[in-house]
Amino acid sequence: MISAPDVVAFTREEELEDELCSEPPLPEEYSVPLFPFASHGANPWAKVAGSKFTRDFILISEFSEQVGPQPLLTIPDDAKVSGTFDLNYFSLRIMSVDYQASFVGHPPGSAYPKLNFVEDSKVVLGDSKEGAFAYVHHLTLYDLEARGFVRPFCMAYISADEHKIMQQFQELSAEFSKASECLKTGNRKAFASELEKKLKDLDYTRTVLHNETEIQKKANDKGYYTTQAIEKANELASVEKSIIEHQDLLKQIRSYPYRKLKESDFHPYEPECALGQANAGCGQDLTASDPAEPGETHLYAHVPSYTPKLIKAKSAKCFDKKLKTLEELCDIYFFTQTLDQLHQIERTFRGDVCYLLTDQISRALLKQQSVTNFLFEDVPFLDEKPPEKQYRGCRGLSQDAVDRKCSEESPAPKVVISLGAYKSSVECVPIKMEQEIEDSQEPKMTESVTFEHQENLDYLDADIKGSISSGESIEVLGTEKSASGLTKSESQASLPVSPSPQAGRSKVGSRRTVSEDSIEVLSTCPSESLIPEDFKASYPSAINEEPYADDEEGGLRFTPKLNPDNADEQEDVSKQENLVQVDSSCCIGKESPNFLEPLPDLGQKPCDEDGVVRIPPQPYRQAEQGLRGSFGGFPSHDGISGGFLSYEVDSRYLTGSREVSKSSLDECSDSTSYISSAASTCSDRTPSPAHPACQARERHKKKAGQNALRFIRQYPFAHPAIYSLLSGRTLIVLGEEEAIVKKLVTALSIFVPNCGVYAKPVKHWVTSPLHVVDFQKWKLIGLQRMVSPAGVNVLHALSRYSRYVSVLDADSKTLRCPLYKGTLVSRLADHRTQIKRGSTYYMHVQSILTQLCSKAFLFTFCHHLHLPISEREPEESVVNRRMNFLKLQLGLANEDIKIVQYLAELLKLQYIQEPGQGVNPLLRFDYVPSFLYKI
Amino acid sequence: KSSVQTIGEEQIQNPYTELLVLKGHQDIVRFLVQIDDCRFASAGDDGIIFLWNAQTGEKLFELHGHTHKITAIAPFSSSDASEEKKHLILTASADRTVIVWDCTSGRQVQKVSCFHSTVKCLTVLQRLDVWLSGGSDLCVWNRKLDLLCKTSHLTDAGISALVELPKNCVAATVGKELVIFRLIASDDGSEGWNVLEVKRLVDHQDNILSLVSVNDLTFVTGSHVGELIVWDAVDWTKQACECNFWDSSVPPDVQPEIKLSQSPNETSVQHLTSDEECVFAAVGKGIYVYNLQMKRVIACQRTAHDSSVLHIEKLPNRQLISCSEDGSVRIWELREKQQLPAEPVPTGFFNMWGFGRASKQANQAAKKMQDNTPMYFLELVGDLIGHSSAVQMFLYFGELGLATCSADHLIILWKDGERESRLRSLTLFQKLAQNGDFQLKF
Repeated sequence: MISAPDVVAFTREEELEDELCSEPPLPEEYSVPLFPFASHGANPWAKVAGSKFTRDFILISEFSEQVGPQPLLTIPDDAKVSGTFDLNYFSLRIMSVDYQASFVGHPPGSAYPKLNFVEDSKVVLGDSKEGAFAYVHHLTLYDLEARGFVRPFCMAYISADEHKIMQQFQELSAEFSKASECLKTGNRKAFASELEKKLKDLDYTRTVLHNETEIQKKANDKGYYTTQAIEKANELASVEKSIIEHQDLLKQIRSYPYRKLKESDFHPYEPECALGQANAGCGQDLTASDPAEPGETHLYAHVPSYTPKLIKAKSAKCFDKKLKTLEELCDIYFFTQTLDQLHQIERTFRGDVCYLLTDQISRALLKQQSVTNFLFEDVPFLDEKPPEKQYRGCRGLSQDAVDRKCSEESPAPKVVISLGAYKSSVECVPIKMEQEIEDSQEPKMTESVTFEHQENLDYLDADIKGSISSGESIEVLGTEKSASGLTKSESQASLPVSPSPQAGRSKVGSRRTVSEDSIEVLSTCPSESLIPEDFKASYPSAINEEPYADDEEGGLRFTPKLNPDNADEQEDVSKQENLVQVDSSCCIGKESPNFLEPLPDLGQKPCDEDGVVRIPPQPYRQAEQGLRGSFGGFPSHDGISGGFLSYEVDSRYLTGSREVSKSSLDECSDSTSYISSAASTCSDRTPSPAHPACQARERHKKKAGQNALRFIRQYPFAHPAIYSLLSGRTLIVLGEEEAIVKKLVTALSIFVPNCGVYAKPVKHWVTSPLHVVDFQKWKLIGLQRMVSPAGVNVLHALSRYSRYVSVLDADSKTLRCPLYKGTLVSRLADHRTQIKRGSTYYMHVQSILTQLCSKAFLFTFCHHLHLPISEREPEESVVNRRMNFLKLQLGLANEDIKIVQYLAELLKLQYIQEPGQGVNPLLRFDYVPSFLYKI
Repeated sequence: KSSVQTIGEEQIQNPYTELLVLKGHQDIVRFLVQIDDCRFASAGDDGIIFLWNAQTGEKLFELHGHTHKITAIAPFSSSDASEEKKHLILTASADRTVIVWDCTSGRQVQKVSCFHSTVKCLTVLQRLDVWLSGGSDLCVWNRKLDLLCKTSHLTDAGISALVELPKNCVAATVGKELVIFRLIASDDGSEGWNVLEVKRLVDHQDNILSLVSVNDLTFVTGSHVGELIVWDAVDWTKQACECNFWDSSVPPDVQPEIKLSQSPNETSVQHLTSDEECVFAAVGKGIYVYNLQMKRVIACQRTAHDSSVLHIEKLPNRQLISCSEDGSVRIWELREKQQLPAEPVPTGFFNMWGFGRASKQANQAAKKMQDNTPMYFLELVGDLIGHSSAVQMFLYFGELGLATCSADHLIILWKDGERESRLRSLTLFQKLAQNGDFQLKF
């Protein structure tokens, strides 16, 4: 079975890697066809043709001594999950892989049976015929009644994506180790209590036998032993031997070193309680099962619930006996704990590997941005330790020791980009720029437009769902199109310095032009308003598979560079990083913002030629080596050293050169196509984070993103409104209907910078008149409009404090707020954006805001921008320097400066805040005129 | 129609671009008093006194001791050269007690509760190291809170204001009357004092609401019906009197009905302040600038606010701040009007007065003024809106900002945003250097 050619079992990753690396590339003509499953009528992004299950799942199997390998349970516990996949067959396979069975029993030269405390074995194996790949975690549990006292089990994480298993090996291993440890802890307890009971039984049996023998002795005065007496004596001897054996076993199991548990600090180990519980439970079971057993004298006062039984010789190990279930093997508390753990693993690793990696990277990077991350991130969410964080070898950001361990030990599974990656990484990635081909688009668009006219905010859900369902075919065919389409859309969305003429027209100029422009957009061609006329030409219809050929090469080329045990290179990177820091901190005098451009010769060059495309997200650990620099939280450094391509691209925008940004945009579009092509729309594979809280958060993000998208499409004055929020001016959404107002508030809340690490300064619904204190506390308020004397007061207060607030009237669709002429918000909220999904848009916003944060960080922490270089330097020259920096170095225009200044103030306040005290909420404002925007 | 001058949302000269709301009081906040460069105390109808840091807005102490509303508050810092300066404050309350508080420890030092009536005013004579309390009688106390002497019962209304005059004299306003008291060292040579009523001035027609000392030679009083009298501080004679000065620039022979139309409330002199040259009077809704040299009003803003002006203060930079019952604080600048003699007077100046007078007369009046004096006007340079109810008082802390207290139970600290931002940067880099996160590069 093991030697079957299609089953590859390997416990170490180097083997595979070496194999791949040592193999010379095939000549062109012999190379494998790009898409081997094309003949099956399937597409490369649907699930792998062979796999018979719809999503990843966890399988627990046992090698039963009675029936052989058998599946016990799956997580999720749903028949639909495994589908037609043959669990029995697969169990057979995974159990047949050598599981390092511990030798238990009588080792030669030992008088008593010995328990071996073996480490679990971790194996990755694949079955290409079944389309299944699995991380298999073998473990043995002790069972007094089992052969050799052991029961071999295994837990397997089964996925159709081989890549995922390989890349997440460390994480999977860590998580499953925890689950296994939990299971084994429970098992040891159960085993120990079982032994204790057995000992009591034996003891009791011995007493009984002894008594009988004595009676026989007394009754028998013939002087010779009857066969009966000899039998009894033999029985007694064997019982005594058995007692010694069991005592030894008990000693062994109790002496199990618990240090492991202390290390992992994962599982609360409560010996007293759990043991008592277990005993109680078992005792009850036994008394329940043997009610007829006469109550004897309790020899063991401290375990009152257990009644010893008489043990018949040769009663053990009969084949018709029912073996203990897994629940019985490890007591119920630990069993449910383990199940919870496994469910969490399933949730954690749900979704495409790209998503997982991106999520891990961004989390790790965000954690590093300790200074700025409170602004737009959910800091409590970052702080709360997801299980994978605690364990060794994962992201180990905190301790050097862990890092070292990481780099010394066998490296994590490499990212090996091969054809396989493309055929297997097919699950859903939320960072997807969804594109539609024209024919499938037409009906959908009209549908959405009719909804739009209803002005019903609720429609969005339906719309999004529609796009998901129609997405499958689109996704597949639309790769090349999406690339070209995105080039355009991105150039509109993300060029800060030189926006496209359209964008310029709508942004610059008086409010009248703005409103006219928007009327035009909203009214003329509603069905095509999302795809402007001039972009339509650029939608080719042929499928071009070129990029994937490239990908293969690129992946192979890059793989060696990512090798983390190349310590020298790592050092190099970190050294150069130091240089970068020096540069950036004395940058003020320089004319050209050199330091903002990607440094050319850092460890890896992700964007040579058309390179950006081909680097899928990397596991974070490579980058972190160089990142633990002195400057804990500076995102641009992260970007440079980590080869984190999105920032690479972004940082080019700062240069302001149109050509550079053009070319980088092309790359960007390619990379987007990579991501989107890898994504499938199989909805049940939608990734979801581990915790319920996270799920709620995720839902909120999605909903907020959807609402925000709708807002920027529907309201032509979205830009000044968003500018108000970003610059710290309270925005009030005024309306009669609570639902509408709340929806708008939710939509806009994603643009609100946090003032501290606590909740967002957003108040969804207020009915009483506002006060100056409210503006200090809240930056986004939903306010009820009432037709009553109280309502008059509300409006009166609003007009009184009009200088502190922008007012968005949801009923009359007007906005009263200061003028915005910057360029930043137009990237953030382009009403012609091609993004259709809420979560995608949310991420788009997050990425731009993160970029903004880095600017604010740079601005805040450049000493000379705020304080004079010499004591005699006048304040004016500092001010000049500051403005020059904002305008030239950071490339900010007009009102964008105020945004960065506001964020900088928040950063300062947060940083200088004394730990004990909260931030004194203060209200900053400007005396600037407001204008009234209308649709 | 509202004749109140308004300023748009664009206020270039207004430096206050940051505010800090200080919450703590549970009733109207009526008094703010400066303790030292960066601390102030607030008190009001809830009987609680709060000490605040004017820079950070931090609440330093919350002083409980009075059971009724606070009626008077005065700082009382010791001038002992030997020990470090000790900051005390005196507070009087409607519960007929006076408490001395230590501002450093936030503790009650001593409490005096032997008053027969509410103490309405407190004043400290630093020179003599005594303090006076004015209620239905005038009492003189020393630092140790020994009652040195007291007058006989004056009236039920009692003393509403006290001001120190030269030669150990004090002026006290009692209803319509102005009473001058003199403190005489007692004969036995100990530190005892006797207080003696010297003179009673009855020139005002109505209750005297405000009393301010201009310099050693002059003090000014203002009454409920709008009389403003300038007194000689040494011999207590009337130097000048503006009986109907709310329309002083109007020729006296015209339009008596204007005077009639104004209710006394609109002409009452609520508050007075002065610098060496001028007395600034808050009269009704308006602000008037009275020049002591020229003995006439040189500039005015008849309707400076929508409602009564409660407090005004002159800033060093020719600016004037006023606060009003309408909840707003306004910043004015006294500007000299440069004019060529031939040019007709712009009507805008008179429009500010809010009267539809014949422009001819106005021109005449203006020309008359123009002949001998430079012309002044009050230009609105900014307004501060934050309180939702009457702003009772404010305290100007120079570059630290401005503290305002209001009937909405709040105190607002108005700050220069630019300066604060700079200070925060400074703190930030100091903290960075402290933490060693960052090597400062010079």
